[in-house]
Amino acid sequence: MFGSPPDRGSGDLRVDHLAVRYGRAVTALHDVSLTVPDGGVVALLGANGAGKTTLLRAVSGTLRLYRGAVTAGTVSYAGRPLAGTDPVAAVHAGVVQVPEGRRVFGGMTVEENLRAGGLGRVRRGPAGHRAAARDRVYGLFPRLAERAGQRAGLLSGGEQQMLAIGRALMAWPRLLLLDEPSLGLAPLMVERITDVVREIHAQGTSVLLVEQNAAMALALADHAYVLEVGRVGLAGPAAELARTDRVARLYLGESVDGAPAAPAAGGAGADGAPAAPRAGEGRWAG
Amino acid sequence: MTTALDILLNGLALGSVYALVALGFVIIFKASGVMNFAQGSLLLLGGYLTAVLHEELGFLPALLLAVAATALVAGLVDRVLLRGMDPRHHHILTIMTIGVDILLLTELARRIGGDLLTLGDPWGNDVLTLAGVTVPTSRVASITVSVLVIGTVFAAFRHTDWGLSLRAASEDQEAAALMGVRLGRVRTLAWALAGALAALAALFLTAFPAPGLERTTGQIALKAFPAAILGGMASPPGALLGSLLIGVTEALAAGYQSELSALGRGLGDVAPYLVMIVVLLVRPHGLLGTKEAVRV
Repeated sequence: MFGSPPDRGSGDLRVDHLAVRYGRAVTALHDVSLTVPDGGVVALLGANGAGKTTLLRAVSGTLRLYRGAVTAGTVSYAGRPLAGTDPVAAVHAGVVQVPEGRRVFGGMTVEENLRAGGLGRVRRGPAGHRAAARDRVYGLFPRLAERAGQRAGLLSGGEQQMLAIGRALMAWPRLLLLDEPSLGLAPLMVERITDVVREIHAQGTSVLLVEQNAAMALALADHAYVLEVGRVGLAGPAAELARTDRVARLYLGESVDGAPAAPAAGGAGADGAPAAPRAGEGRWAG
Repeated sequence: MTTALDILLNGLALGSVYALVALGFVIIFKASGVMNFAQGSLLLLGGYLTAVLHEELGFLPALLLAVAATALVAGLVDRVLLRGMDPRHHHILTIMTIGVDILLLTELARRIGGDLLTLGDPWGNDVLTLAGVTVPTSRVASITVSVLVIGTVFAAFRHTDWGLSLRAASEDQEAAALMGVRLGRVRTLAWALAGALAALAALFLTAFPAPGLERTTGQIALKAFPAAILGGMASPPGALLGSLLIGVTEALAAGYQSELSALGRGLGDVAPYLVMIVVLLVRPHGLLGTKEAVRV
């Protein structure tokens, strides 16, 4: 109905014994292994500073923007290594990330944001590819079609999240990386986004979902990993994890002994990232 | 009346040339956050190449070659000198461009010496009489070509993939990278385009009624700089507006110099900076600067 994504071979995302360091001293990930099977939805849970975003950066190739580097282990998609340093290569391989905090291009219109999302798309697709991708996005988010000519900076938070996801879909991802799509959204909007992610998955896209909202993530995912200070603490089928005491206590807010325990790191730079991650925000924030 | 119109036309012609240079500043700034202080020496390079090539090749081929060569040099400055640097350290890169400027300028000044070079443009000292106003043909050519070139660049911002990539990178480098935008390529192209625009500007700055190309011609970029800043630095339409404002102010100050003699001579030279300071006092982000509302 919406055309089909270009065939880049089916495959799993494999993260093997990955270690990541920022600068010379801060180790953000130690020996993390994780698999997103082709066609699966995998959730990655954890508190602030656990290394969730770092893991996504290693997959999408943006570590270098934060002066991070892979010090051990590998990331591969569909059997081929992702260098981990080139976001363009990741997009071409079919792995596209929706960044945390939406990061839409506020000074550009909704339509232009979507065009921008298609910039890294592999050229050899059929001629009508961009139009097909846009129709698919407008099919998923009719609200965006209504606001096509409006500046993205003036959309509501929920609409911006829709746009951020729609923008990523313009590159026809085989694997979509979502970084905290529920962040700062009203419960109703979280439900709406959940439905859309389910729909995108049904249309044939694998999903790696990073969330602090464990209830949402575990409802969506078939498999989940819990990161704790840079290591995989727990892993298993989502339904089973949801029943474990530890997850219930730490991430589902079902107070067992009262204190919602979080690793001590917390706060700015908790990911081990340099304190000003959004490079030159003052200027770039349009 | 005639003088007023005369002065206005002169100012617009001057402004349109500043706009070519200012647009170069803005494009590089948008692509990389760097203020390119080497723009003046690139301009001089373009002018110098046209001057030494035109006798052998003829005017138009010489101009095209000079524009292409300046674009290439600008692209190389980005690739070779700036590429390996941490792109977040804009101030370091900016200061490196000052270094590049001094090196290029010193070499070109050595070659030009005290000479006054002509670029071999076909207009010479011809004049046109329009509605009772006499204007040098070169001024008309300058306005016409600038309008065409600037219009093309603006259209490219809006409609080409490169333009979209540039605007995306300008708003959010990481988000643009995540879309698969090749930031390095966008930036190198921005430098090359800025170089080409500077080389073109050199032609109109040295054509009649200006005497020709001197080793100090590159300093003109120092006037396009306030134009870009008062326009908002990251706004191409702002740069255009700022340039016209500066051009007209300068022409007015020069044209009415005798009436303004109480302020001393050479008011035309300082006028761009006066205008910049006044505008920035009133509007700190420039005329069309971006301090846009973005919901988070």
